[in-house]
Amino acid sequence: MAKTIMLGNQAVAQGLYESGCVLVSSYPGTPSTEITEFAAKYDEIYAEWAPNEKVALEVALGGAIAGGRTFCAMKHVGLNVAADPLFITSYTGINGGMIIAVADDPGMHSSQNEQDSRHYAAAAKLPMIEPSDSGECLNFVKIAYEMSEKYDTPFILRLSTRVSHSQSIVETSPRQEIALKDYEKNPQKYVMMPANAKLRHVVVEERLDKLVEWTDNGCPFNKVEYNSKKIGIVTSGISYDYAKEVFGEDASYFKLGMVYPLPEKALVEFASQVERVIVIEELDDIFETHLKKLGIKTDGKNLLPKISEFSHELIREKLLGIKAEFSELDQTLPNRPPVMCPGCPHRGLFYTLKKMKLTVSGDIGCYTLGAVPPLGAIDTTLCMGASVSALHGFDKVRNNPKNTVAVIGDSTFMHSGITGLCNITYNQGISTVLILDNSITGMTGHQQNPTTGLTLKNQPVTPISIEKICEGAGVSPEHIRVCDPADPKQLEKVIKEEIDSDVPSVIIVRRPCALLKKVPKDTYYIINPDTCRSCRACMSIACPAISMTGSKPTIDTSLCIGCGLCKNMCRFDSITQVVR
Amino acid sequence: MVKNIMIVGVGGQGSLLASRIVGNAAMAQGYDVKVSEVHGMSQRGGSVVTYVRYGDKVHSPVIGRGEADIIISFEQLEAARWLSFLKKDGVLITSTQKIMPMPVITGSTQYPDELISQIKEKNIKVVAIDALSKAEKAGSIKAVNVVLIGAMTHYSNFSKQQLLDALKTSVPQKLLSVNLNAFESGYECEQTL
Repeated sequence: MAKTIMLGNQAVAQGLYESGCVLVSSYPGTPSTEITEFAAKYDEIYAEWAPNEKVALEVALGGAIAGGRTFCAMKHVGLNVAADPLFITSYTGINGGMIIAVADDPGMHSSQNEQDSRHYAAAAKLPMIEPSDSGECLNFVKIAYEMSEKYDTPFILRLSTRVSHSQSIVETSPRQEIALKDYEKNPQKYVMMPANAKLRHVVVEERLDKLVEWTDNGCPFNKVEYNSKKIGIVTSGISYDYAKEVFGEDASYFKLGMVYPLPEKALVEFASQVERVIVIEELDDIFETHLKKLGIKTDGKNLLPKISEFSHELIREKLLGIKAEFSELDQTLPNRPPVMCPGCPHRGLFYTLKKMKLTVSGDIGCYTLGAVPPLGAIDTTLCMGASVSALHGFDKVRNNPKNTVAVIGDSTFMHSGITGLCNITYNQGISTVLILDNSITGMTGHQQNPTTGLTLKNQPVTPISIEKICEGAGVSPEHIRVCDPADPKQLEKVIKEEIDSDVPSVIIVRRPCALLKKVPKDTYYIINPDTCRSCRACMSIACPAISMTGSKPTIDTSLCIGCGLCKNMCRFDSITQVVR
Repeated sequence: MVKNIMIVGVGGQGSLLASRIVGNAAMAQGYDVKVSEVHGMSQRGGSVVTYVRYGDKVHSPVIGRGEADIIISFEQLEAARWLSFLKKDGVLITSTQKIMPMPVITGSTQYPDELISQIKEKNIKVVAIDALSKAEKAGSIKAVNVVLIGAMTHYSNFSKQQLLDALKTSVPQKLLSVNLNAFESGYECEQTL
């Protein structure tokens, strides 16, 4: 046993390692990404980035049917993509143990919605566990593999941003190698056609009954702590930590480590022991509704919000009426929203799209920041891949207005943009799709994908050609164009030609992410104040390194990486390059 | 007793390394430790905050307003933004660097004047350091985080050696000498409260 400090996500990966997990397949998504990155560091675990979460979950299921302990991880919206195989795993069950991690993002630190993934457990009738800190992340994984095999079901591991991205102390152990389970052909179990599925549904319901019984008899995930019995708190995950911070020994706790199914008898017993029950749960009122169904009188969402994440400060204020005391400045401070990095290749593109006054169907990635002022070039951002498919709908309804484009990143295109493109060509659309190929999955912190030529374990592979995919999807080769966003004039010309054409087209806007090591950063630019006319053309590209100092713009040389886009904007030749 | 340290700045400035150094120092002294970080979109030039808490037993991984013993800030405006988290008698250690946020760049608002004086007028203990120049002299502008950790030493309950040991376990060997220089320059710099 060794003590060390670990991120929740790293502790999950450590749990996979110690449990003898042999296969991990995931698609990156904040706040889940690091689990798979850490798992990939172990030679004993085969780990990969799949093109999307549905593929990842199916790979993990196939591996589990083959008899190994497997795992996949995704963010909450990724589970929507993977919902189809998720529901089927409940029917087929597994063979080797399987864990599906889903990381919710209350407070939307890095997400497009704030969904509560606990609903999936009830909908798919799969057991779901939720750790509170890194130590539990590790231990819950180890127990879940054993229970997964015992009850022949995958376990869903629910995480949240504050558990995934908080570090706390864990005790590590050596890996336990687990022999593969025998694989036997069993179509009644694994071929889900009506005749078989009808029988499997019975198994699902019987299993759920057994799980409910287990939650009331020795399930190690749940924990009851009796202290003062004036207040009894029912909670889970990070909310437990906040509750303990506020109430300490002044309350009793029913900590639900297993959030589905719930231990009904034990909850009724707990409620009978305390004077007042309060449910503390982030997002939806799932526990509270269940407690009320059991006839337990409880407070919960009447006192606490359904929106955003909690904190101990919020719980102290809402439940005890104690407000924080602090001092602050008397003025309103400017916000600091996230922005495209200095040197970001997307900047030249969105400058061009704004200049052309196009309607832009956007997607999920760093380039979503093209929606933020002053670029403000994006009209819609919905979900992964929707830029392409939604543009087709938009163009059909408005009868091909020829002033629209879709923008989608290389990784997002591989995730779910390809099918939308097939739909355009098949259904005689004429839309123009811009694929922003920056050679990496950017927003989640630089993960490889099928187009980059490297695997998760950094093995070189033949990169999948975006050009060939588009050609295979029915776009004619003369309408598959490649442009450099650092040359906005040429880019504008090509976009104009393609939106004017009467056939579907793809423009691959290609330049590597400025944060990649291979991108040189050995120069920067300066503005000559003597020749600068203060026309602010260099500021129209919204580079965070350029701001006004007095009446003239200046470049913060500690931020500039020397991309030179501002020099292209200057009509007075006032911007010059300096070697570091 | 739980100690609360916040590290605030602009995404990409290196706050994660700073929190790791403090977290490792606390764990080496046998404390329970929790560190809460922000990954993802805010790291793209947004306002970022990292919480470090250590003591006999730590429950919540975050820090509430009025609770921080020390705030380490990489940038003036961010120091002002997170000021409400400082407890009475807490210490603010800030770099004097200014990074213009996009609403200032676009001209929709102004970068506030005299932020550090304004904070001092609130009777708050402020240590203001030109950490960027010191980091540059130490060998890398990226070592701002370690300059500030060096300056923090005087106000933490860690010894210089404890923080140096944690620094050694937190940075790659090839960057160690730059970071040791950065730490020293922060430790040595004039401490004007």
